[in-house]
Amino acid sequence: MLDVSVAYNRYKFLGHEFLTWLWYTIEIDPEMLKKADPDLVSLVIGNRVVLENSRHNREETITIRGDGAGLEEGLIALKKGGKVTEVNLVYCSAEYEWRFNVKGESLALSSLKTPQTGKVEKKEDLEGAVLERIFLVEKIVSLTYNLYALFIAARLSSDWDRRTVSRINKWIDSAIAGS
Amino acid sequence: MQLLSSTLSLTRYSVKGDIAEPVMDTIRDGLKNHVIREIDNDPAAKSVGWTTSENPFHPNFDAQDFVFGTSLVFSLRIDKKSIPAKIVHKHYQMAVKKKLAGTEREHLSKNEKREIKDDVLHRLYVQIPATPSMYDLVWHLEAGDLWFLSNRKEANEELETLFSKSFKASIVRIFPYTAAQFLSGLAGEKIDALHKAFPAAFDGGAHA
Repeated sequence: MLDVSVAYNRYKFLGHEFLTWLWYTIEIDPEMLKKADPDLVSLVIGNRVVLENSRHNREETITIRGDGAGLEEGLIALKKGGKVTEVNLVYCSAEYEWRFNVKGESLALSSLKTPQTGKVEKKEDLEGAVLERIFLVEKIVSLTYNLYALFIAARLSSDWDRRTVSRINKWIDSAIAGS
Repeated sequence: MQLLSSTLSLTRYSVKGDIAEPVMDTIRDGLKNHVIREIDNDPAAKSVGWTTSENPFHPNFDAQDFVFGTSLVFSLRIDKKSIPAKIVHKHYQMAVKKKLAGTEREHLSKNEKREIKDDVLHRLYVQIPATPSMYDLVWHLEAGDLWFLSNRKEANEELETLFSKSFKASIVRIFPYTAAQFLSGLAGEKIDALHKAFPAAFDGGAHA
């Protein structure tokens, strides 16, 4: 195995491509997301998307914030060669909602809000609350890494460029044309 | 308990290597041997150790439960003292003046200055209380999976070092490359394809 810090930097582009692919999949093929979680009711882009373009030796970062923010600027940034480096997602299962950020280069989660767990009023309540919270966090950890596994399967397939990249490119063009 | 707070950050790790049998005794001993050491009224600037999530300022791994179902939940605690540079400078200048007053010299040697600075820092560190930071971790023993509830670089590095010292097993951070290797079940030609992968161009075909 490669040295950890070398591997982190060398392959962080995979995390950025993952989040870009995820945005495309959410928009174009949401049914596919159920392969990562059969209990999934919906997964949508939340209130924050960060894109970076490091082409032509210049770093450009675009941050789109706010509930209901238009993502047109993000699409234009993709068209210019940018990739998604961080995204806020809203996941629903049954009548419950989770919100969380994923950072592409590390796959680290932040600002993770799960549905509320029962209050701990007595010492005996603690174990139940901890197990419930672990279950609720596990939903998002599994979802994220199952999605990443789906992405990696597509990414390392022989028709990645011909099939997936060309479909993502068509989506970017048609989304810009339709916005 | 951080795990029960309203929002969480999470870095995932994979535990590599077997924990010596009997596993629970090894883990309990590892936690007790590297429990956080209090450094208030002590010249140490920093202390890193394990504590219980339920009672982080009075850890007792014999009396307090850290096993929840099939998972272990405990905390990394980092205590740090921070002295503003201006306070160090003030006390250093006062100490230099006092030392010179006892001599007929106008200047101190490099070694004398360094000794004075060390003495000043030692005295200030004893006086200043440490600021504690706690980070919960959830260790799924059977799956060899570990969640660390922080994305802070320093906290993650301290975790990696202390875990290895405590349990004689290493943890590998999960990021795009290691997630592909360890979690996506890649083998043979897929591993080769991973190693040969280069960034794709998603740009609507603009640069194709």
